[in-house]
Amino acid sequence: MTDSAPTELDAFRAETRAWLEQNYPRSLDAPMAEDDAPWGGRRAKWSNPDAKLWLDRMAAKGWTAPTWPTAYGGGGLSAEQNRVLQQELIRLKARPALMSFGLWMLGPVLLEYATEEQKQKFLPPIVRGEIRWCQGYSEPGAGSDLAGLQTRCEDQGDHYLVNGQKVWTSYADQADWIFCLVRTDTSKKHEGISFLLFDMTTPGVEPRPIKLISGSSPFCETFFDNVKVPKDQLVGRLNGGWDIAKRLLQYERQNISASGFGGGAGPELEDVAKAFVGVSGGKIADPDLRARIAEHRMYAKAFALTVRRAEAESKAAKGPSAATSIIKYAAAKMNQDRSELMVEALGTQGLGWEGEGFDPDALKATRAWLRSKGNSIEGGTSEVNLNVVAKRVLGLLDHQ
Amino acid sequence: MAVLTEEQVMLKDAAKGWVSERSPVSALRKLRDADVDVGFDRAAWAEMGQMGWAGVVVPETYGGSEFGYRSLGLVLEETGRTLTNSPLVSTALFAASVLTLGAGAAQKEAWLGRIAEAGAVIAPAIDEHAHHAPAATALAATRSGDGWTLTGKKPFVLDGMAADAFIVAARTSGKPGEEAGITLFLVPASAPGLSRTRLKTVDSRGAADVSFEGVAVGADTVIGQADQGFGLLDQALDRARAGLAAEMLGQASQAFEITLDYLKTRVQFGQVIGTFQSLQHRAAKMFTELEMTRSCVEAALDAIDSNGNDVRALCSLAKAKASETVHLVSNEMVQMHGGIGMTDAHDAGLYMKRARVSEALFGGASFHRDRYATLMGY
Repeated sequence: MTDSAPTELDAFRAETRAWLEQNYPRSLDAPMAEDDAPWGGRRAKWSNPDAKLWLDRMAAKGWTAPTWPTAYGGGGLSAEQNRVLQQELIRLKARPALMSFGLWMLGPVLLEYATEEQKQKFLPPIVRGEIRWCQGYSEPGAGSDLAGLQTRCEDQGDHYLVNGQKVWTSYADQADWIFCLVRTDTSKKHEGISFLLFDMTTPGVEPRPIKLISGSSPFCETFFDNVKVPKDQLVGRLNGGWDIAKRLLQYERQNISASGFGGGAGPELEDVAKAFVGVSGGKIADPDLRARIAEHRMYAKAFALTVRRAEAESKAAKGPSAATSIIKYAAAKMNQDRSELMVEALGTQGLGWEGEGFDPDALKATRAWLRSKGNSIEGGTSEVNLNVVAKRVLGLLDHQ
Repeated sequence: MAVLTEEQVMLKDAAKGWVSERSPVSALRKLRDADVDVGFDRAAWAEMGQMGWAGVVVPETYGGSEFGYRSLGLVLEETGRTLTNSPLVSTALFAASVLTLGAGAAQKEAWLGRIAEAGAVIAPAIDEHAHHAPAATALAATRSGDGWTLTGKKPFVLDGMAADAFIVAARTSGKPGEEAGITLFLVPASAPGLSRTRLKTVDSRGAADVSFEGVAVGADTVIGQADQGFGLLDQALDRARAGLAAEMLGQASQAFEITLDYLKTRVQFGQVIGTFQSLQHRAAKMFTELEMTRSCVEAALDAIDSNGNDVRALCSLAKAKASETVHLVSNEMVQMHGGIGMTDAHDAGLYMKRARVSEALFGGASFHRDRYATLMGY
């Protein structure tokens, strides 16, 4: 994939715009409810059939995974072409065709570490949104210290046998397959971990939803009781899973960050403040709140500029830029600050749980505020993120 | 550091080499201890002129290189690293911007070439209060004959002691606080009625209180249109803010690197203090702020060079972030050095003193948060 010359890129933009305008179903212009999020999978429900049509059209072009090779169903686009595609999608205010841990996390590591047969088997169904994946990483005794995981995986000759428990498995109750870190050698820590894929319908797999302070249940506890896994579903080498696990975490943190934890959705903070606090001389009437909103908005702008710069530098240097390392930490802070300010600006309207007397947008903001508390915990706590920056980027040593 | 052209890499490397040889922090210490009233080393400034740094944003027609603001930012970042005192900000950045953007042909002819060769220092005489507020300009300029008479005071003028001329914001109509009715003048320091008093400031630069008592100037000293000077001033100030933010990024980066080295070498409780998690996290947070600031500074300078439509907001963003970051890092530099950080013998104090002056100059974080919110319509 080489850089396209500007003129070719202009032509690509024109074609893309025309295709999108022709193929994006206009019935999707309505705001997307949380239940409408297009996660795909065997059990996908499509309250609007056009959302499925949009997925199928995009998947047929490989544009759900724009930069993946066409051999695995991807779009085969260069980074520049993909940027144009994303810009045109934003211009159209298009809903995502597919949201997927397969696209964001598993696919990129399969491209790097999987065998050709595994790529052929697993990547195209991800592109088409046919299989929904979940992530089996954390355990009750292995959170920030992820490599302490204990879920056992034993070689039974013609298959592996998995026993143990995962926790914080996002949407495990709705997922079709899991990518799972398992212990294949108990005598070593990091070098005793393997990266395994298996079907969630395999006998012995049981996910149980966990209810959060926000009232929602995006996570599960997932139990494995004598789960039999075919041996060709091991990715990479036996006991070589930790490198894959870490690489996947980079993609996870990058993705969390690029989306800013989804904090951009809904009404703008300053508009809410104007509506609920009042306006004086064209300004938010409470000068202290106004200053803190401005400070946050400037942080958010600085964050967006940093994401852009990190991308440009990573591309030029053909490796991650130092700026990449801070993105997850900054994204969590940004979204939490925004959520706190939103609830503060709403006043008592931000303190409703459900039902009459509260604006639906305000109720959503309140739940989003409670949900945002997880941002500095999930995908690596902010403290672990700061440890990583201190050690890997700044070269500070472990305490003896 | 975003992707640079070959020319820019050379400029940055040259600046890095020159400051380490000719202008380490010890040079500032010497200037301070020698009590030099202009606050910088004239020989060093002449060398900067020979290397073309004073003319980076001056058009080629007038002897500059016209390399642009991003390029000047690279030089400023390096000179910021060692707290180099020089008229780069007052003259090569601010005055060159005002004149290039708004001066008539004769004024450009008279001054831009001199700026480009570091042959003149031109200082910004803008603010009149303890806080940056360009629209609050009150210094009166009244018409007299073909020319004008200026009366009023401009305190804390950067490089005011060395200045050969001043760019003066004056009130020609309306009331202080109004943007309309401000006129910019280019006033030679030798004009009768103009006097200056040296200020001894924490950063040991050559600031002055400048007083105008019936200073008579000709009509040819007006830059741009009378009464319409605020737009030009604001444009030039934004360039100065972004360039100064680059210098502050350099100051903060160097202060951070010195501190990080100390964390890796200072031993207490039998180990280097950088192994303590509370210090590691604070270091990682500073690094985060530095990276975010770099993004803002580069975006602002690029927007100026590409004539983007969000120059004003990005310049306020860059100056606010740079102010917050250099404030944080300079304080942490003192604290993390412990006892030695409190002493005059250590450089930490010099970084902190320079930081506060840079923060205040052309508006601090609070000024720019207010401006950003106003620009965004809330």
